[in-house]
Amino acid sequence: MTSLPPALSDWFAAKGWTLHLHQLDMLARAADPATLLVAPTGGGKTLAGFLPTLAELGPNPPPGLHTLYISPLKALTADIRRNLGTPIEGAALKIRVEDRTGDTSYSQRRRQRADPPHILLTTPESLALLLSYEDAPRVFAGLQRVIIDEIHALAESKRGDQLVLQLARLQSLTPSLRRIGLSATVESPPALARFLSPQTTILQADPGPDPDISMLDTDAPPPWSGGGGRYAIPAILNEVTRHKTTLIFHNTRAQAELFFHDLWLANTDDLPIGIHHGSLSREQRSRVEQAMTAGALRAVVCTGSLDLGLDWGDVDLVIQVGAPKNVKRLVQRIGRANHRYNAPSKALLVPANRFEVVECQAALDAVRDHTLDGEPRGPGPRDVLCQHILATACAGPFDADQLYAEVITAGPYGVLTKPEFDACLDFVATGGYALKAYDRWQRLKQTGGKWHLRDPRAAALIRQNLGTIIDIETLKVRLRGHGAPLGEVEESFAASLTPGDTFLIGGQIVRYEALREMTVEVSRNPGRDPKVAVFSGTRFATSTLLADRILAILQQESWPDLPAHTAGWLDLQRQVSRLPDPHSLLLESFPHDGREHLVVYGFAGRNAQQTLGLLLTKQMESQGLAPLGFVATDYATLIWGLDPVTNAAPLFDLTTLKDGLETWLSGNAVMKRTFRSTALISGLIERSHQGRRKSGRQATFSSDILYDTLRRYDPDHLLLQITREEALRGLIDFSRIEALIHRVGANINLVRLPRVTPLAAPLFFEPGRIPVQGEGRDRLASSEARNLMEAAGLT
Amino acid sequence: MHHALFFHGETLHLRATGALFWPARQVIVVSDLHLGKSERLARRGGTLLPPYETQATLEKFDRDLETTGAATVICLGDSFDDLAAAGSIDDASRLWLTRLMAGRDWTWITGNHDPGPIDIGGSHRVELTVRPFTFRHIAEPGQSAEISGHFHPKARLAGQSRPCFLADAARLMMPAYGTYTGGLWSNDPALTTIMARDALAILTGTRALAIPMPR
Repeated sequence: MTSLPPALSDWFAAKGWTLHLHQLDMLARAADPATLLVAPTGGGKTLAGFLPTLAELGPNPPPGLHTLYISPLKALTADIRRNLGTPIEGAALKIRVEDRTGDTSYSQRRRQRADPPHILLTTPESLALLLSYEDAPRVFAGLQRVIIDEIHALAESKRGDQLVLQLARLQSLTPSLRRIGLSATVESPPALARFLSPQTTILQADPGPDPDISMLDTDAPPPWSGGGGRYAIPAILNEVTRHKTTLIFHNTRAQAELFFHDLWLANTDDLPIGIHHGSLSREQRSRVEQAMTAGALRAVVCTGSLDLGLDWGDVDLVIQVGAPKNVKRLVQRIGRANHRYNAPSKALLVPANRFEVVECQAALDAVRDHTLDGEPRGPGPRDVLCQHILATACAGPFDADQLYAEVITAGPYGVLTKPEFDACLDFVATGGYALKAYDRWQRLKQTGGKWHLRDPRAAALIRQNLGTIIDIETLKVRLRGHGAPLGEVEESFAASLTPGDTFLIGGQIVRYEALREMTVEVSRNPGRDPKVAVFSGTRFATSTLLADRILAILQQESWPDLPAHTAGWLDLQRQVSRLPDPHSLLLESFPHDGREHLVVYGFAGRNAQQTLGLLLTKQMESQGLAPLGFVATDYATLIWGLDPVTNAAPLFDLTTLKDGLETWLSGNAVMKRTFRSTALISGLIERSHQGRRKSGRQATFSSDILYDTLRRYDPDHLLLQITREEALRGLIDFSRIEALIHRVGANINLVRLPRVTPLAAPLFFEPGRIPVQGEGRDRLASSEARNLMEAAGLT
Repeated sequence: MHHALFFHGETLHLRATGALFWPARQVIVVSDLHLGKSERLARRGGTLLPPYETQATLEKFDRDLETTGAATVICLGDSFDDLAAAGSIDDASRLWLTRLMAGRDWTWITGNHDPGPIDIGGSHRVELTVRPFTFRHIAEPGQSAEISGHFHPKARLAGQSRPCFLADAARLMMPAYGTYTGGLWSNDPALTTIMARDALAILTGTRALAIPMPR
């Protein structure tokens, strides 16, 4: 067993800290090639990760990079550096710890490559950059350990896929590298272990007591739809006053902004409350994080931006506003309120509308029963692999066979075949087109059996585009004059603004002045009724587990466990229409606001409901019903159009749906969106980096044109294959549609109603509406054009 | 399929494809083809785009020529993404273009991307007058009966963004016809300063729709 430097043990003893069992275990297993520690928040997980490093380095280590710490959050690295600093300085160990992220200054970054610290804290994106420099072998020559924090979060996204490819790269550079993964509670530790490495030891820390979680009691009932939790503000403020520090989570940034604004208006006691989400400027987020660390805030209104991060000891209540969608994420989030390791975490659920009350009840039941949801992820995405190959080429020439052998050691890529790898290499080198047009200009060439960049100068541009997170194009928002950065908004939102419009950002209302050099200039303008910037962040689908529980709850004769207002609402739905049940498919048809609507209560999860929307609108189009668009939630699909549906059964004929699936998918908005993301990640399109555009007044053209061109002239192209796989993977819930149709058989009940029903109402406030191109839209466009011309006096 | 515009005494068909047809004189006008863009981007060390845009643009052009039966063709500038692109156009496309040019009166107006003569036949001019119209690549102030291109205007209608023609009493601006061409919003100052207050935008797409130009 490796032991800690005596100075450090003494320092812990002097502080009265005893190591937890799992921290001791980590030290005991320091020689294992890979270890996964699953522990709740507050258990000193991060320190556990570093103990083997501190033990190996000792009080006076020689220079050189020993340990790499990777976290998904830039902010976390800065905090870890401070936190590690405390025991290291306390015990006077001569260990250098530095962080390196996109926010690190250029000069600092250059110095780090020339003279690396013992411990480097960084993000997957920064690691990608480091590995792309020619001096990577030298920088990482002495690397002994890599620690991956919040690995459960990374494993669920392409950032994780990119990371494991990089780990494989690092392992090639230093074969004796040992890996540590730090994770919150997950449903399948073995799956996560395989993600980390082929040979991982799993350490499970004591999970601690069950959380204390319930629904918030409010005087006012939740609204029938939308809402975002504002009705519950008095009750929430009350809770804030009764606790030290409360985290108030929202599912979207827009909701967080609106809520914070209204919370502030109601904050007559002047409690210090902050707001934190991914679209706020780094400065703003830092301020809030520092205030939290100092215990200066009573509450923070936030999004998933605070799901990961430091263990802020003073947080003793977590409030989840809006249905949690996913039990596992809820449990992990509740863990944030675990300021004492063996005290129960406290959490309150606040449904945003009456339907969500049912969903929250289902979530409470699931947490109590310890059932976590989780879907297996599927093989490693090849667009990430393409970017990885390109990044590898930047660092120097490589042998294709060796790179392939290295790539398949990474968990998600274990099943990658050589032809699949070669196709990715061909894409990176030549574009992979059926028409061989780029012999002279290919990006990679082979010389002496090794692949390398044709033009080494291209490396600089490639490095600017490394990184896998696809954010919708955003523009920075700054105050006119002193130019203080406030945050970001999406480009489409900025495009919708005219000077004088006001909107909410960072909790304040600002007035749009001008768009200057890809920056939105605003002035402060406290006023009424601001627009709300819409940010599309990650949208989670309700798990099957929760959907099934909800359907079961709806079958009850009565609902004594639910608040009276919700039980009353469900009762009303039962009277006015009917409640969905597991053995039939309920459809409602009604007129509203000049359009005909059809609601399909499939309860098949967001992705399957979206597919259903696509397929059904296609069917409706071919039947001349002129659909205009649809929106899907986890429980239902709402379709609107010009004509009502009177005969539903033909729409749900499974053979027709199945046969048409592939054809109907191509050319539609969902495929194009998926393609855009694939094209950016794989390097087909360059990102417009931080708002800086390529020169010239014409913006870069949309990826839609590239998609259409490929479909027409090169339908088997790699990127189309990847797009199809990605879309199908999300849409593989077609199997959920199949299951639904098998389950209900001929029991498809179409109920015609004179107006919106109680159960359908929430759907009208759902964002993410998908327009349907077809006869309906043509009719609309013609009539809109006519109206505009008449209004302008021209005909 | 087209929007009929009465412009300085002549009826012009603004086609949904982005081409302009003058039935009385059997003239077709297209602008900003930017042929060879993918090759130019690759040559300059950028990404390798699908190399099919020349083919796609020529296919569309072929259909337009076929449908209109035009005898005179004016390409209003930036027909090639740069002069080198004009030279390195692949043989199949060169042949195709030559076939399209055969038997037609063909004028290439020079643009900022292709400011010089190109070895491809037809006549090469900086500007062309066919009464009452003057054809040039970039609009000039104080003109009348002018038809120009260069700006790649686009506009939004019913949630859709499309390349569009811009038309006022004095001038007509063409949309970019080429496949890989981006666009400039009609409310950009570059366009609002040129086009009059009552200008129209005629959107291309499945059909040609006219609306007041968004400012």
